[in-house]
Order: sequence, then C-alpha cells, then structure tokens
Amino acid sequence: MASVAPLIRPELVCPAGTPAALKSAVDAGADCVYVGFRDETNARNFPGLNFNRKELGEGIAYAHERGAKVLVAINTFPRAGKPEIWHQAVADAARLKADAAILADIGLIEHAHRTHPELRLHLSVQAAASNPDSIRFYAERFDVKRVVLPRVLTVQEIAALNPRIAPVETEVFVFGGLCVMAEGRCALSSYVTGQSPNMNGVCSPAGEVRYTETPQGITSELGGFTINKFAHDEAAGYPTLCKGRFIAHDKASYLFEEPTSLNTLSMLPDLIKAGVTAFKIEGRQRGRAYVAAVVQAFRAGVDAVMAGKPLPDIDLDRITEGGKQTTGAYEKAWR
Amino acid sequence: MTSIPKLTLGPVLFNWKPEALRDFYFRVADEADVDSVHVGEVVCSKRTPFFEPFIPEVVERLAGAGKEVVLSSLALIMSDREIAQARELAQTDGILVEANDISVAAQMNGRPFVAGPLLNIYNEGTLASLAAMGAVRVCLPAELSADAVACLAASTAMEVEVQAFGRLPLAISARCYAARARNLSKDGCQYVCADDPDGMAVETLDEVPFLAVNGTQTMSYHTMDLLGDVRGLAARQIQRFRLWPQTCDMVAVAALFRSVLAGKTGEEEAEDLLSDLCPGAEFANGYIHGRSGHLFIDAQG
Repeated sequence: MASVAPLIRPELVCPAGTPAALKSAVDAGADCVYVGFRDETNARNFPGLNFNRKELGEGIAYAHERGAKVLVAINTFPRAGKPEIWHQAVADAARLKADAAILADIGLIEHAHRTHPELRLHLSVQAAASNPDSIRFYAERFDVKRVVLPRVLTVQEIAALNPRIAPVETEVFVFGGLCVMAEGRCALSSYVTGQSPNMNGVCSPAGEVRYTETPQGITSELGGFTINKFAHDEAAGYPTLCKGRFIAHDKASYLFEEPTSLNTLSMLPDLIKAGVTAFKIEGRQRGRAYVAAVVQAFRAGVDAVMAGKPLPDIDLDRITEGGKQTTGAYEKAWR
Repeated sequence: MTSIPKLTLGPVLFNWKPEALRDFYFRVADEADVDSVHVGEVVCSKRTPFFEPFIPEVVERLAGAGKEVVLSSLALIMSDREIAQARELAQTDGILVEANDISVAAQMNGRPFVAGPLLNIYNEGTLASLAAMGAVRVCLPAELSADAVACLAASTAMEVEVQAFGRLPLAISARCYAARARNLSKDGCQYVCADDPDGMAVETLDEVPFLAVNGTQTMSYHTMDLLGDVRGLAARQIQRFRLWPQTCDMVAVAALFRSVLAGKTGEEEAEDLLSDLCPGAEFANGYIHGRSGHLFIDAQG
C-alpha cells in the first residue's frame, strides 16, 4: 500500500474591514484575520473601511487572546518619489506585532526584509507569482514564508506546485469576489477611471459609478462607459468592469465573466489534498453578517474534511453576487 | 542638451501568420529607422511553436542591419513547458532578454536584461532591486504619469523607456477571451485570435469603442499616441520610446516619431500624418497626463 502524506490542517484566513468584523470573524472560528490601514497602502481602499493604528493594536490583542492571528495587507505599489506611507505601514505592522505583512511590491518587500527582519512576510496575490521560479525568488531573496496564489492555477497545478516550493506555504482564495485577470497585472480600471488596484487600491471605484433610468430599464456606467443594462424586472448589479456585458463580433455577452462569486466549498477535499496551507475568504468590504456566515460555513467544511466526514450541505446562495457561483480557474474548463 | 532618445519596436503582441511576421521583420530590418527590435511571444505559449523556426533568420537579418535585437519573454508563466522555455530563454548568450515575468528576471543571475513593461515597476525601490539583479533598461508600465516616469528616470542609472504608440496591453488572464467570444475553450481555441491581427474590438452595449481582446490579453481599443508628449518627456530624461507593432505602416510610424523627436516635424502636423497612417484609429494619451488611459489630452491641455 502506498503511503499517504498526512493532510495539513489549513488555516482559515478571513477578511475584516472594520474592528467589528474582526471580532465577528474571530468569534466565528477564523484562524487568521487580514486587515488593512485606512489609506491607499492596501487593495481595499474604500471609504469608511479599514483600521487606524489604535484599532489595529486593539484588534491584534483581541485576536491573540483567542488564539487567532492578524495579517496586515500592505499590497499596493508605492508611488514614485513618495514611499513614506508604505514604509510607515510596514513599520507600524511590525511595531503592533502583526503576525505577518502581506506585500506585493518588490521594493517594499526588500525594504521590509532589511528594516524589519522579525516581521513575517507573505506575498500578496497582487504580486502574481504563478510558478515555482517566481515563488522561490521571493523566498530565497527576501525570506517570504507564504505566497497567496494568483487565481490562474487549477487544483492539479497547485498540487504539483506545493512540493516544489516547500517549505514555502501557499494560500488560495476559496470564496468571494473573483478577479478574472491575473491580479496585480490589470490596468482596466485605471484605463477607464484613472484609478487602479495597483496604484490606488481600488477597482471600478464607486465615485465613477452612475445608474441611469431609461424607458427600457436601468443602465450602469463606470467612468462614462456603459457596463451593463438591466430590464425593469432585473436587479441592477454593481458595474465591476470585467463583469459587464459588451459587444464583440456583433454579439453582446458577458465577454470576460458573468456577475458571479467564487465558491469552492465543494472542492475543499481536493484543495486540502493539494497541500494548501491557508484558505482565504475575500470581502473586507463586506459586513459582519456576511463574514460570520462564510467563516462558519468554511469552518464546518474544513473540520468535516479533516475528520474524514462528508462535507456539510451549506447553501451560500443568498450571499453570493447575483446568486451565481463558480469554482473559477481551479477547474481547467474555466479557461 | 539631452541626446535624442532611441526608438524600440516592441514585440508583436498579436497572432500574425508566421510568414507574414517574418516578412514584417525583414522589412523592419531593411527599412525601419529604429534602434532596437523585440522578437518573441509574450501573450500565449500555444502560439510559440509556429514562429519559432523563423526566429534565427529574423534575428540574423535584424542584427545584420545594425539593430539591437531583444528576445521578449512570456508574461504569464504557469505550465512546466512555459517554465522550461523561460529558463532556456534566460540562459541565452550574446543577445539581450526582456523579462515580462519576475521568474525570468530571477534566472538572469546578474547578467544584463531588460525589465519589461508587464512587470510591476512603480517606484525607485523596485527599480533599485531590478538593477541589482542585472537590469540595464526598464520599460515602465503604461499606467504611470509623466511626473512618475520622470521621478523614476531621475532615480536610476538604468535606461528608462516609455510606451508611446499602439494598442496598450492592459491585462493578462489564464482565460482566453477570443475563444470565449466564439463559445470555444482555450484548449480547443482553433487559434481564432489570428482572425483579428490588431485585436478583437470590444464595444459597450451603446456601441461605443471600449477595449480590444488579443487572446488572453486585454488591450485598449484606443491607439496610444504620445507624438505630442515625447519631446517633453525627452527633456525629462526619458531616453527611449516603445512603439507597439500594429498592422499599419510601422516603418512610416517610426519615421514620424524620429522626425518629431529631432524637431523636424511639428506636433500638430505629426498628429495629422499619424491619423493618415492609422485610418479609423482613435488615439489616447491620458495616462501620461495623469488621467484615465482612454482620454486624449492635447498639448494645450
């Protein structure tokens, strides 16, 4: 009989856009919570969201008292000539004893490695490290301990990747909003609105959104471009650029992706067998109830797989975008 | 007094027929007034085998005509085959390599290379890291403004290049949108991206020009045109400009940029000439003015 490698018990890495969401996530069973500072140093730079230094200190204390970790995302690309707020963010994450910083920019990673060697570093999905040579580069040069994989790889490719980069850990997205482009390598938002994930920490920013009533229904626009049109009986979704309806070769379609959410609950056994160390839930912009519901579902799912039991039947339809779900790039047919 | 910047002809990002691509490079070798020419598949590794047999003769012809030849790498490297190709490319001797994925730069072991526009290079810290890895030239991402590229140029001894003409590469994906638009999968794509040699036009539901699709790559619908900006950028230490090949007369486009940079053709006249060279094209230069990329800001602001 062939020997079977013991399964790694994956950490659940949960989003928190506010101190209240952090507490909800920890209370619902999160192993880690990831957060950002209230500025453009992180990729969810939305009004009314994120943490000031005092809130982060208190949030870390709350999590640590309950055995949970806090990861700080500083995952935009510092502005030319003005790296100070990014450097300060790294210094404050280290000072407040964050369990890791999640970084994307090579220059910032080098700075963090040099000036705060005690701070554990994770590579953000925004760095788009999609192969073992890229991952080893960050690990060998800057002692990066974990890489959040870009959403371009299948489960089979992830299973093949893990033994080749050990002891570097991998973290994958399991639920929530879904980028269809390789993250960190997409300038569509700045092309249309002047603001991008890499530079400003926003994609399809709300300030550029407009809904217009027409006799036929509602038109959604981003930066003055029509992203979608909805009949009166349809719900008008948010005009995320790559989830719109466009015309190519005289045919209107959801050319890039439909309005849909990633949900890999049914794939948890495969992802655990693939040797993934951490499962990430997207949604720092979401409310407490959302975070709690998703964390509870995935907590139950992971615990069932680890106990050798069947997956619980949990319906997350009501909280997914437009009620539609996909397993995204994890299955090859998606490409 | 600054010297006149150099011109780079970027790699052909589209799926042109191999013989047409070879003939394009032969004409560039014989007629185009550019300093450097990039060769190599950047977008989709499924296309690589078709042009590979022609590369040695194309490189020889370009080098024989006095052009610096640069071999560009793939942008998104995932499969074992792609990883092996990238490693082999990084080991190439006697010819400059452009890294469009960090894995390629990481393999250079200090040998000189070009840091490509599909790497994320937004600040002087990252520039310094790449210089330490062996980068001698950097082509900056399209998103950056004139102030940002000038700031970066002032911070480095590396040669700094800015994208100045052609449809802009904006995003890369594991999914093929050319195939998806025709209800095909990437595996069974039938190479339909070859049907659109300048990319597949994408319009909004109001039939307003929006984006363009080149297989797994999403590009601008608008053609980037920095004719009115290159002299100002040259005065701010930008030493090189990249022209992305389109099906229009690239020899004439290169000559136009050369003439404007040398002060022989006025900017207004040059814009008219470029419109004639690219019938039907809509131009944009918003990014360099710190605005949305699709906008065109004229010299008067």
